[in-house]
Amino acid sequence: MKEHRSHLYGVMGEFETPERLIHAVEKTREAGYRRLDAYAPFPVEGLSEALGLNRWSDNLVPQITLLGGLAGGLGGFLFQLWVNVSSYPMNIGGRPLNSWPAFIPVTFELTILGASLSAVLGMLAMNKLPQPHHPVFGNDRFQKHASSDRYFICIEARDPKFNAGDARKFLEGLKAQRVSEVEDD
Amino acid sequence: MSSGQPPFNSPEIQRLTPVLGPGHTYASVTDKISAIVLTRPTSLGWFIGFAIAFSLMGMMTVAIAWLVTKGTGIWGINIPIGWGFAIVNFVWWIGIGHAGTLISAILFLLNQKWRTSINRFAEAMTLFAVACAGIFPLIHTGRPWMAFYMFPYPSTMGLWPQFRSPLIWDVFAVSTYGTVSLMFWFVGLIPDLATLRDRAIAKPAQIVYGMLAMGWRNSARHWHRYQSAYLLLAGLATPLVLSVHTVVSFDFAIAIVPGWHTTIFPPYFVAGAIYSGFAMVLTIAIPLRKAYDLQEFITMRHLDNMAKVMLATGLIVAYGYFIEFFMANYSGNKFDVFLVQQRLHGPYAPFYFALILCNILLPQLLWFYKMRHNVVVLFLMSIVVNIGMWLERFVIVVISLTRDFVPSAWGRYTPTFWDWATFIGTIGMFVTLIFLFVRVLPAISIAEMRELVAETSEEDQ
Repeated sequence: MKEHRSHLYGVMGEFETPERLIHAVEKTREAGYRRLDAYAPFPVEGLSEALGLNRWSDNLVPQITLLGGLAGGLGGFLFQLWVNVSSYPMNIGGRPLNSWPAFIPVTFELTILGASLSAVLGMLAMNKLPQPHHPVFGNDRFQKHASSDRYFICIEARDPKFNAGDARKFLEGLKAQRVSEVEDD
Repeated sequence: MSSGQPPFNSPEIQRLTPVLGPGHTYASVTDKISAIVLTRPTSLGWFIGFAIAFSLMGMMTVAIAWLVTKGTGIWGINIPIGWGFAIVNFVWWIGIGHAGTLISAILFLLNQKWRTSINRFAEAMTLFAVACAGIFPLIHTGRPWMAFYMFPYPSTMGLWPQFRSPLIWDVFAVSTYGTVSLMFWFVGLIPDLATLRDRAIAKPAQIVYGMLAMGWRNSARHWHRYQSAYLLLAGLATPLVLSVHTVVSFDFAIAIVPGWHTTIFPPYFVAGAIYSGFAMVLTIAIPLRKAYDLQEFITMRHLDNMAKVMLATGLIVAYGYFIEFFMANYSGNKFDVFLVQQRLHGPYAPFYFALILCNILLPQLLWFYKMRHNVVVLFLMSIVVNIGMWLERFVIVVISLTRDFVPSAWGRYTPTFWDWATFIGTIGMFVTLIFLFVRVLPAISIAEMRELVAETSEEDQ
């Protein structure tokens, strides 16, 4: 039988303004922590840069969208071509079967449809959503304020440098309003 | 000219007409908007309004049931007027549905801050208008249960839709528009659904909002991709919104019927769509901000800007009317010349003159600052423009079809009771959906309002 005991997910600090959050994130990264995340009730300008998120590897949404758009457009056009030239060709007064200008509106719409669907589904997939539960929801302050008016930073236990006591002291040193531990349940 | 107007962009006008009332914080915008949904008791006015709208929607259901039982013979359509109310209403509704995505996408790309507090309900309005629009071509087929024929599926008959027909382009344009508008709206809603989930007190509300929010936890890594996806969606929706009414105008312009076969149709239809859409946004915004005390979020600046957009697009529409008239006469094509004369002197001339009055003459009042800042005038003007744009589609559909090439093919069109019941019923459905929306979802984007608080507080420093 495996012994049941709660593990630590990380240590969380709470801040009052977005500026303080960015400052804290920068300091935390300078201190050598790498496994951390910040939480803000709206997209804070400069936060991605502070977290050191990579334009390419941390955000594949544009590439997925491009592929989706290409698939929608090419697929749509080639499908219409196949329908009219190969699957059910109809000779109407000797007009060309590949009347491509007439296929453009549908091709255009399917390009947009393919790109938009991939942008949304790609964003959700990359964010690993839907995800009904996450350890941070176990924190009362987070539950109450993260989606309203407070800014949080969480240094995660899987960080190689992580030590609960040190992380707590470090965040307190950054003048976090409250520092608490997040249980991994 | 417009007396009492302070100089454009002066500090005075910024102070008089901010995009957000003074003194708001992250917590106060969150509380105020989420309270409308979560804690505020449902007012008697809401129930009365909902009851009226829902009854009208019931009338639509009866009208459609009767149509399915008896066939399209219960309508006023007959050869040569095969299109009638169904197509007039379809084009009217889909036009109204253009403002939401325009506000959300184009104004987002142009970085217009004033879009923030009106984009959410404008997008919702778009979805509901597209839903109303979608009903008409469906029931106009006469056998709506066969409507799936319009989609390319591998049938046992080996047949495919006619991809060279504007009517099939329309199917793709409108269904793509509906899908993309829904996604755009939902993606914008995700952070707000998370806010409602966290603030809801009742267990069922927590569960429903929680499921819809999909576990959104405001992580910066998520926001990073979220912003990217939202920007891309805005970039994709912008050409889409312009294409949809262009394709709708192809339904007419590709045909050779006099009055329809003109190249001005696509731009003039798009401008008309934005015109009627902004009118409908005003029709909804003005009672909404009053009923829920949102004057600090939907300020006079918003109403003023929307009135200006209406004025500008109204002038493009006026240019369209002029070009139609000019090109018909300049071409010397006798059928085209005859058609514009029929607009002025034919049996439907009163409709044409009412259209000019509603769409061109009366909206010129919006040049005046005092008129744009009078809520009652703006509300009445938005109704006038909605009526005018409906008349425009009536004039285009009915006059051309009743007066085409040979007198033996001429006819008259009179809508029946069932035509009116279906049309007014869809208005009921639209209002019903709006009522439900403001009751269960945040009518203003909470996350974007918090962003606005951050931006405006930076400006003050």
